[in-house]
Amino acid sequence: MIDPVIFAQMGASQLDPSTTVFVIGTVVKMIVIFTIYMVGVAYSTFAERRVSAWIQDRHGPNRVGPQGLLQVAADGIKNIMKEETYPGYASKALFILAPGLAFVPAMITWAVIPFGSPLPTPWGRIDLVVADLPVGFLFTLAISSLGVYGIVLAGWSSNNKYALLGGLRSSAQMVSYEIAMGMSTVCVLLLAGNVSLNQVIAQQAHMGWNALLLTVAAFIFLVAAFAETNRVPFDLPEAESELIAGYHTEYSAMKFSMFPISEYANMITASAMMATLFFGGWDIPFTQWDNSGPHTVLKSILTFGSFATKVLFFVFFYIWIRWTLPRFRYDQLMSLGWKILLPIALIYVVVVASAVLALDASGVARGPMFGAVLFGINVVLMGVILFVLDRGRLISPAYSRLESVGVARLKNASKGRSTLNPAADKGA
Amino acid sequence: MTIKVKVLERPIEEVSYLRATVKGLALTFKHLVDPHKVTVQYPDERWDISPRWRGTHRMLTTEDGKAKCVACGLCPTVCPANCIKLVPGEDEEGNRYPLVFEIDEFRCIFCGYCQEVCPEEAIHVGRHYENAEYDRKDFVYDLERLTAQQHPVCEMWDPAVPKGE
Repeated sequence: MIDPVIFAQMGASQLDPSTTVFVIGTVVKMIVIFTIYMVGVAYSTFAERRVSAWIQDRHGPNRVGPQGLLQVAADGIKNIMKEETYPGYASKALFILAPGLAFVPAMITWAVIPFGSPLPTPWGRIDLVVADLPVGFLFTLAISSLGVYGIVLAGWSSNNKYALLGGLRSSAQMVSYEIAMGMSTVCVLLLAGNVSLNQVIAQQAHMGWNALLLTVAAFIFLVAAFAETNRVPFDLPEAESELIAGYHTEYSAMKFSMFPISEYANMITASAMMATLFFGGWDIPFTQWDNSGPHTVLKSILTFGSFATKVLFFVFFYIWIRWTLPRFRYDQLMSLGWKILLPIALIYVVVVASAVLALDASGVARGPMFGAVLFGINVVLMGVILFVLDRGRLISPAYSRLESVGVARLKNASKGRSTLNPAADKGA
Repeated sequence: MTIKVKVLERPIEEVSYLRATVKGLALTFKHLVDPHKVTVQYPDERWDISPRWRGTHRMLTTEDGKAKCVACGLCPTVCPANCIKLVPGEDEEGNRYPLVFEIDEFRCIFCGYCQEVCPEEAIHVGRHYENAEYDRKDFVYDLERLTAQQHPVCEMWDPAVPKGE
C-alpha cells in the first residue's frame, strides 16, 4: 500500500511510465519471462529425473555436462532430429495443432502473475507483471480451462482407442476438479475483495498468508491443481499401465515432446498460482518493508527471489508427490472430486463467508487480528479433517462404496486386532 | 453407479488418506536426503571382483615367452561346453606343443575346469569380464591372443582354505 503523500514526493522513477516506455517495457518483460519460463520448464524435466533418481536411491542422468546439466539440450536436439510419424487415419490438421494447444494456455497464464515488487527505472515505474489485468484471477481460471483442449484434441485426432480414452478421461477429470478449484478460490476472493492478483498479494502481505488463513482452501486448491495438471496421483489421461501412453500414444519426436513440455509448463504455472493465491506471491514473510514504497531495485530483486523460491518449492513438491503416491483408480478420482472436494469446498466457502461477516460486524479491522481469528478457525477445521474425517477413511473415495453394514462389520473385525501402527491408532 | 469395483476390506482404523500420504512423503524425503546409493558409475568406477572370479581366459607363458601348454589334451576333454579346440604338435626334441589352441568364449560357460585340470598351470580363467567385440568371429581366441592377455588370473577355490585367503 503506497501512501499518496509519499507517492507525490517520489521522483520520476516511482511514477507511472509513458505509453512508449510501457510498450517497450512490456515487450522486454515478455521476452524475459518467456526465456526464464522455458529454461525453467526444461530444467524441471531434468529436476524430475534427478529427484526421482535420488528418491529411489539412484543417480539419474549425470553424464552430459557437469552433473548432467546439459542433458536438457541433448534431449531437445534428439527430439528435433527424430522422424515424425503420422497415423494413417489421423485428422492431420488437429493432430498437428493439438501439441501447440496443450502448451500455449499454460504460458498465457503467466501474463497476469505478478513476480516482484514494482521496478523503478529512470523512465518510470515498471510493474513486474506482464499485464496487470484488473480481472487477473478470472483470466487465469478461463485460460487454465483451455488447457484441456490440447489433450482432448490430441486424443481424438489420433484415431486411436487408447488416445481417445486418455482424452476423454482428461476432459472429465479437468471439468470435475475445476469446480472444486474454483470453489476453493472463492474464499481467497472473499478476503481480498478483488480479483486483481496484485490486490490478492497486497491483502496477504497485510493480513498474513492465505495458506494460514484459508488452510482448507489451500489444500483443496493443491489437490485440484494436481488433477488439473494431470500429475500423479491423477495422471489417468496417460496411465501407462492401462492406456499405453494415453492421449499422446501416437505422437513422436518434437510433437510428443511438446506434451511433456506442456505438462511441466502447467506444473510451473500451477505452482505460481499456488504461491500467488495462498503463499503471498512475491511477499517476503515476516517483514513489511518490501510491501511499502518507495520502490527500489533491491526490493524488486529480493521479492522476485522470494517468488521464485516459492514456485520452485511447489515444483519440487509436485515431483516429490509423483514419486511417493500411486495412481488413483478412475472411480476413486471421480468420487474424490465430486463427493469429497466439492462438498468440503462449498461448506468451507460458507464457513469463511460467515466468519468474515461476523468479524466485520463485530468491528474487527482487517489486519493481523482478523487473520488470527481465521487462522484459529482453520486449525480447528484441519484438526477435524485430519483426525475425524480421515479416520476410518470417511474422506477416502473408496469409502463411498461400502455399505454402512459393511463398515460396522469391518470396525468389529478390527477391534480386537493388533494394528499395524499402534501409535497412529492411539492418536485416532 | 454402473461400474462395480471390488473394494479390499481393510480394517477401518488402519486406513487413512491424508496421514498415509504424509507418511509416504516422509519416507521418500528420507531417501532423498539420505540416499543409500548402490549404483556404480561403471566406466568411472568398478566393483572389486572376487579373486575367484572366472572370466576371460589367459594362457600363461614360460620365461622365454612361449605358452606353457604341452598339448596334453586334458582341457578339451574336461570342457563341458566343448569350446576348446586343440591340435597338438611335436618338435624335434619330442616336446609337445599346441599347433592350434582356440577357445570359443561364446560357447564357454566359465566353469574353470580347464584351469583345474591343467597339469602345467598353463590355461587359466581370468579376473576380467569386459570382452565385448564387434564381430562374432572375434570371440574365438587363438593362442596368440590368449598368451597376450595381461589381466590377473583366477585363484581357484582351495578346499584347505574354504573361505579364501
